[in-house]
Amino acid sequence: MKIIVCIKQVPDAKDVRLDPKTNTLAREGVQSIMNPYDQHAVEEAVRLKELLGGEVTVLSMGPPQAEEVLRQAISCGADHAVLVSDRAFAGADTWATSYTLAKAVNVIGAFDLLLCGKQAIDGDTAQVGPGLAMRLQIPYVTCVQKVRQATDSGLILERMMDDGYDVLAVDLPVLLTVVKDINEPRVPSLKGKMRAKKVEIRRLTAADIGADPACIGLPGSPTQVVKVFPPEARCQRAVFTGSLDEQIKQLVDSLHPYL
Amino acid sequence: MLIIDKDLCIGCGICESSCPFGAITVVDGCAVVADGCTLCGTCVETCEPGALKIEGAEKNAPLDLTGWSGVWVYCEFRRGALAPVSLELLGIGRRLADTRKVPLSAVLIGSETGDTARQLIAHGADTVYRIDDPALAHFTDEAYGAIMTSLIRQHTPEIVLAGATAIGRSFIPGVATTLDAGLTADCTQLAIREEDGALLQTRPAFGGNIMATIVCPNSRPQMSTVRPKVMVALAFDAERQGNIVEVHAEPAHLATRVRVIESVVSEEDNVNIQESDILVAGGRGLDSAKGFTLMRELAASLGGAVAATRAVVDAGWIGYPHQVGQTGKTVAPKLYIACGISGAVQHVAGMQSAETIVAINRDKDAPIFAVADFGLVGDLYEIVPKLLTEIEERRKS
Repeated sequence: MKIIVCIKQVPDAKDVRLDPKTNTLAREGVQSIMNPYDQHAVEEAVRLKELLGGEVTVLSMGPPQAEEVLRQAISCGADHAVLVSDRAFAGADTWATSYTLAKAVNVIGAFDLLLCGKQAIDGDTAQVGPGLAMRLQIPYVTCVQKVRQATDSGLILERMMDDGYDVLAVDLPVLLTVVKDINEPRVPSLKGKMRAKKVEIRRLTAADIGADPACIGLPGSPTQVVKVFPPEARCQRAVFTGSLDEQIKQLVDSLHPYL
Repeated sequence: MLIIDKDLCIGCGICESSCPFGAITVVDGCAVVADGCTLCGTCVETCEPGALKIEGAEKNAPLDLTGWSGVWVYCEFRRGALAPVSLELLGIGRRLADTRKVPLSAVLIGSETGDTARQLIAHGADTVYRIDDPALAHFTDEAYGAIMTSLIRQHTPEIVLAGATAIGRSFIPGVATTLDAGLTADCTQLAIREEDGALLQTRPAFGGNIMATIVCPNSRPQMSTVRPKVMVALAFDAERQGNIVEVHAEPAHLATRVRVIESVVSEEDNVNIQESDILVAGGRGLDSAKGFTLMRELAASLGGAVAATRAVVDAGWIGYPHQVGQTGKTVAPKLYIACGISGAVQHVAGMQSAETIVAINRDKDAPIFAVADFGLVGDLYEIVPKLLTEIEERRKS
């Protein structure tokens, strides 16, 4: 089975904090990590490869330093890594991103399965996976929580819904986006780490993938940010005084509208 | 790309500290941009001397946007019931439509929808496009997406809204891609720009640390998914008039490559925590899975549902559908009671839009108190039972 996994490098949320004085994001010491959902996508790809044979290619669109997450994926069992990187991609929204990734997938070649994380934790849109599937004209299933059965021709999946889950059967090729319940990502092996150091990462530019300049980056994005501002500050906090019992009474007074 | 005017830059470094991607550094008294720049525009907003500018944002040939008119709302119907967010969308949709002086239409896709279309009219819709077919009893991205796409192509609305639910967030991105339309996820505010009638779509980014307002200058329809519990539904008005248009699904649209074998409803009640007005959330401070018995008791007393942090979901104390935060769900209930939750940013990102936050934690320095409206420092196993008793007594009196 030929599997392609799309991954993204994102700022580590635990380092991102709002500076209470300036109301801007304090980014000192912000580390970059592989998007957490994507780690589960890589793990599922490697498990399917171990089950059915084949190879796993990880693909990322991002600045040159996104190479780090591609190497991390190699250390966890992926075979090949491709980085699509070009200043012309900057400012891409989900429409332009899915266009770029689809072009890159076409350059990589035939595949049976495409995996993505449910969403990236910096944008939280969950739109690139479905968009990519539409462009490649393959079906997609979002929020997959379990692969029940996998053969070379099809999959039986559980897809998380708001009120439970749906069990789905799908033929290959297909694109899946996965949630974290699907598996527990492995810790990289020593051998994996060694391979990750040495592996050659294939680099593709906008020209390499034959991208139409009108469809990439900021100019290619139908959505455009016109304003960025801090969220409204939360209202004044109440401080209770007295014994715990008194404080609980005051709390219940305050919660009156909800009772 | 981001242009830095070296003559105007005073090297103050505000852009450096404001950049969510760490892509700007001040070198020799002047800002320098690196490859990590995503052109998000945060720095441009913060630059007082106005030394920063994003260029290349304009598309060469603006499309002809005339002919796109009307506001549409996708109304989610599943297992014989309308998703509550649908009525909220009709509420905001009505406002947008009135501002634009255009009609508001609802799209109802499903099977055995009964008098739901009438309800949608009573809640603000002028027209309901009803596609009721036994083949649509189960949701599939392909069938729902194909029907929605074809209707939008035929009727060319300027705005299309859907709930940011599991279903809306799944098939709407496919529809937007096919239509080459801009789509903004998880909007919490929607308004019309006075100058040109464009839809201003505001959403939280970076786990709610900043808000971004987004427009689609050159594409139609302007599409948004909207978070549940943010917009307000109009009151039911049985007198409201509207028309119901029956649409027959084409066989080609019903053919799907993904087959639903079974649709399983969670055995637990209130698993859909995004639709709950009150959430009682437990974290590691519960000390064990048994703690959720107490959480459920408090939730039941308040008529709410139970939520949890990632740590306790990972520990297997409660299921993933209950997880709130960056790798779980984002919720905006009226009341959020955080018990034994320290308040890691990943968790706070998922619940800080709650109207009122109560924190109960034995560590007075826990970060959760910084976002809480009301805080109680102490042992939750002492506080919560007393709180339950107090609530009961208050109700009696």
